[in-house]
Amino acid sequence: MLSIKNLHAKIENKEILRGIDLKVKPGEVHAIMGPNGSGKSTLASVLAGNEMFEVNEGSVEFNGKDILEMAPEDRAREGLFLSFQYPVEIPGVSMVNFLRTSLNELRKYKGEDPLSASEFLKLMREKKNLVEIDSDLTNRSVNEGFSGGEKKKNEIFQMAMLEPKLSILDETDSGLDIDALRVVANGVNKLKRPDNATVLITHYQRLLEYIVPDFVHVLYHGRIVKTGGKELAHELEANGYDWIKKEFGDK
Amino acid sequence: MENLIKNIIGKDISLVELFEENRSKIEEQSFSVLNDQREEAFDAFQELGIPSNKVESYKYTNLQPLFTGDFTFSLKPETLTENVEDIFSCDVDTLDSITIYMVNGWYYTRNNPGDLPQGVRIGSLARLAEEDPDFLARYYGSRAPHLSDGVVALNTMFAQDGFFVHVPEGVVVEKPIQIVNILMSEDALMTTQRNLVVMEDNSEARIMVCDHTLTTNKFVMNSVTEGFVGKEARLDFYNLQNQHNATTQVAGLYFEQHERSHLATNNLTLHAGVARNNIELKLAGEHAEGHAYGLYLLDKNQHVDNFSYIDHAVPECFSDELFKGVLDDHSTGSFTGKIMVRPDAQKTNAYQSNNNLLLTNDAKMNTRPQLEIYADDVKCSHGATVGQLDEDAMFYLRTRGINKEESTILLMYAFAYEVIEKIKVEPLREQIRALVEKRFRGELDKCHSCVVCGQKGTDLSCL
Amino acid sequence: MSTEQDKILEEVTKGEYKYGFYTDIEMDTLPKGLSEDVVREISKRKGEPEFMTEFRLEAYRNWLKMKTPEWAHLNIPEIDFQDIIYYAAPKSKPKLDSMDDVDPELKATFDKLGIPLEEQKQLAGVAVDAVMDSVSVKTTFKETLAEKGIIFCSISEAIREYPDLVKQYLGSVVPPNDNYFAALNSAVFSDGSFVYIPKGVRSPVELSTYFRINAMNTGQFERTLIVAEDDSYVSYLEGCTAPQRDENQLHAAIVEIVAMERAEVKYSTVQNWYPGDKNGKGGIYNFVTKRGLCKGDYSKISWTQVETGSAITWKYPSCVMMGDHSTGEFYSVALTNNHQQADTGTKMIHLGKNTKSLVVSKGISAGKSQNSYRGLVKVSKRAENARNFSQCDSLLLGDKCGAHTFPYLEINNNTAKVEHEATTSKIGEDQIFYCNQRGIDTEDAVGLIVNGYVKEVINKLPMEFAVEAQKLLEISLEGSVG
Repeated sequence: MLSIKNLHAKIENKEILRGIDLKVKPGEVHAIMGPNGSGKSTLASVLAGNEMFEVNEGSVEFNGKDILEMAPEDRAREGLFLSFQYPVEIPGVSMVNFLRTSLNELRKYKGEDPLSASEFLKLMREKKNLVEIDSDLTNRSVNEGFSGGEKKKNEIFQMAMLEPKLSILDETDSGLDIDALRVVANGVNKLKRPDNATVLITHYQRLLEYIVPDFVHVLYHGRIVKTGGKELAHELEANGYDWIKKEFGDK
Repeated sequence: MENLIKNIIGKDISLVELFEENRSKIEEQSFSVLNDQREEAFDAFQELGIPSNKVESYKYTNLQPLFTGDFTFSLKPETLTENVEDIFSCDVDTLDSITIYMVNGWYYTRNNPGDLPQGVRIGSLARLAEEDPDFLARYYGSRAPHLSDGVVALNTMFAQDGFFVHVPEGVVVEKPIQIVNILMSEDALMTTQRNLVVMEDNSEARIMVCDHTLTTNKFVMNSVTEGFVGKEARLDFYNLQNQHNATTQVAGLYFEQHERSHLATNNLTLHAGVARNNIELKLAGEHAEGHAYGLYLLDKNQHVDNFSYIDHAVPECFSDELFKGVLDDHSTGSFTGKIMVRPDAQKTNAYQSNNNLLLTNDAKMNTRPQLEIYADDVKCSHGATVGQLDEDAMFYLRTRGINKEESTILLMYAFAYEVIEKIKVEPLREQIRALVEKRFRGELDKCHSCVVCGQKGTDLSCL
Repeated sequence: MSTEQDKILEEVTKGEYKYGFYTDIEMDTLPKGLSEDVVREISKRKGEPEFMTEFRLEAYRNWLKMKTPEWAHLNIPEIDFQDIIYYAAPKSKPKLDSMDDVDPELKATFDKLGIPLEEQKQLAGVAVDAVMDSVSVKTTFKETLAEKGIIFCSISEAIREYPDLVKQYLGSVVPPNDNYFAALNSAVFSDGSFVYIPKGVRSPVELSTYFRINAMNTGQFERTLIVAEDDSYVSYLEGCTAPQRDENQLHAAIVEIVAMERAEVKYSTVQNWYPGDKNGKGGIYNFVTKRGLCKGDYSKISWTQVETGSAITWKYPSCVMMGDHSTGEFYSVALTNNHQQADTGTKMIHLGKNTKSLVVSKGISAGKSQNSYRGLVKVSKRAENARNFSQCDSLLLGDKCGAHTFPYLEINNNTAKVEHEATTSKIGEDQIFYCNQRGIDTEDAVGLIVNGYVKEVINKLPMEFAVEAQKLLEISLEGSVG
């Protein structure tokens, strides 16, 4: 589904990603862990198509298509979803209008008819229940005045609405209290299907108690330096990142 | 300063000469209240002339060339053979309003405002001067600066008609009052309109002034509105400007507010060639609340200059200003927001904000938020920004599959929404919302042809 | 406001000017008045080359055609330019080798002002070019600077010794016909400083000059020129205090700065000219043109000013950002009290690509004073990606003063991001009460709060200047706040 080969990316001449290789198949859950500044969020941004970063080497194939030349919206239409670490507030754009536009764009891309207002509202109700989002959040402007937890729940709600093939969750667990974390994790688990995949980007092992990964990768200095099963996460939790730094320190 | 109006009555003539030549005719047609101030205004105009950009308050809009050229000048009432309702239909069709029409600055003779609440008067200023001169004299010329502003002086020299609205004490006018200003002419035309709004104590009304052009020739519209909002009275005053690109409009709103009154003005410029809006609110009674809002959406070579002046003359008043603009193509915009806090106007709260989006590198914006403060126990702030759409918001929308164009429209709309939501008349708000969205989608603005504005195209839909 | 507070306010605001004394030194002066002959005579007495005489004469002829600017929010009494002495120099031009040779009375004056001209200053690492009424009296550290190739001397000396440099740069940033007062200065400037930092050199010390107006009825027309070559750095300090006097005195200075590629110039001013007495009598008229040109890519010019003096201040230190990626900064504290009037601010002109500017202005008005911020941010059509942020705050102390803000934003490029914010407020009674409750009296509380308010700007000053500036603010507010 996703195949990243030797991906290099930089911002203002500073190389952040220095050769990433990663393969994700349908039905899999991957966790990418690593210390702060290792390039985790950059990887998420580059995959989603943030123009702030410049890809100077490597390739990314998604559904067999090279997506590096695609606009962010086309990547989204292909089924790639990014749950932002810091979802931006957009005053004046209502959640309903925003989501409906988004959903119908995706449908159009797949050759489906746009949803009518009532169909859309019905779908929204269903998904709201699924991810346990408070109904009044959808009456407001996009993320405006939302608490940290509400913003993250809203990301998961959008994911439920858009039914992506690949979801990249960038530090979705950061700043969440235990209840919100459970809501977010339950949402992700409920949305899991054999034909979609999830990439969790996280600093802590905490989220992985709720969402069990098939693979755990350690990202350090812009490279994946270690890959293992879920036990690797426990090892990191127990020993911290220092041993990684020692073993793979500046080269 | 000579402003030559060519071909008026078939010959080259300056505005000063035009006045001298027609003065006796104008005075014969009008009544004394209006005539009494012509001399003063004429003296002032000879001194001031039409403001050029050398005049500090007109620094970003040089009116001189716009008031010069081939024009006829509207000196006597328009006689329309057809019914205005037949040639013009309002876009806000769901609106149940009290509607009157003005044609080239003159009160349309077949107007029928219908049944009005007790004591409410809506009508022609010329008739008011004839029928109730004492009432008019109490207000006329007391707010508009005809001695210091050349355009107001010109207006006062030639003033013969306009609309007036009078809401007596304690009366609430439920239906919005809609005043439709229509410009139509076979030749380039310069018009003068003088309006008066009197809201007595505890009264309440909403007034919408809609400006339209029905023919494609050049227009210069010089309109001055004086307004008085009595104790605890409430007035919402909307001015929707939807004129074609060969129109120059100088629209002055000069309001005085008394104790605990509440006034909101909203200048919505969706279309105009050159629009200069003077918005002056004098807060003259304690606890008065004044709001001035504005939205301008410009493209092609349009130019809009909003000049606001909020005068806190007494303590304990509140004012709030929000002006937002989106500038496309070669358009230019200007904003001046002057907040004056007079000595002893303690406990003043005054806020002001002007935000602008420049969509092309040929668009220009000049903004001057100004504070002049002579009292210490005040809270005043102003802010101004010129920039582009937020890149993070844009990226966020795009990762949700919304393409760049659509995201741009959404974000522009969101930008404008803050002003639109201030509109309290719901059908009007809905209509403006729709117009703005259409405008951002390019369905309204890019007239495919404007012969008038000189840009390429094939029809006159934008007119 | 309670009467108690009024009383304190009254007390605080009537603090008298502490630096009111003047030095009795024999002067060599020209008679009052201005004409082409006077301009020629000034040039002659200073032994200037022909090009300078011409420069002055052309400026004079321009000046004759110009008018006093009227747009400022100032009430400027008519100035009789024929009633001013345009040249005054201490009679014997001392060529001094050591401090011992300095006129003891002059030394005493500086000491009274607390200006450590002597060893203390050298220990502090500051070279001082003290300007006493127009003519440079003493320059220290010259040798140390000379080793690095840095030229730091009086402008008169520079005209004689480095005519090519002067010819190249003088008037290149502020043309002689720039404005009324600039033209006047260009015609009659008496003396000032010249700084030249060669390529790649970082000035090891902060260069500083103290200006004083001394002779009776002498207009002071300082002229400063700073040229920083590629990759150089200099921090320049200018401090002004003037003795008390009854007659109004005119001060029309020009400062020009040129920064080449990657050069950085910091220019700091503490201005405390005599503001007049509490009835508004006397005081300096301070009409200054200061402008820096960020000529090279990645260059940076930063102005910091603390303005507490002068009866009238008319001053807009500006930056023209011509080089790509260049930066302009303006940090200002302007305090007015009694009958003082200040109209000050900056112009940030963005011409190059990716240029940045920052404006932080803090106005404080007390007594019956009028304090205005006037600023222009201009982004030209070709200035891609220009960024500006301006913050202009006003603090009002008392209800007889005025605080005004007149920003102009002229944006001609759609990649620009320009933000302006301004607030006006007074010191909250709750803040004072809070301090009182913690045992701090009202005057100290006001001092504390004001210091907090201006901190952002004061922090930009070099350390010892910051201390001095803070002291000045306290003196100016002494008896001066409510």
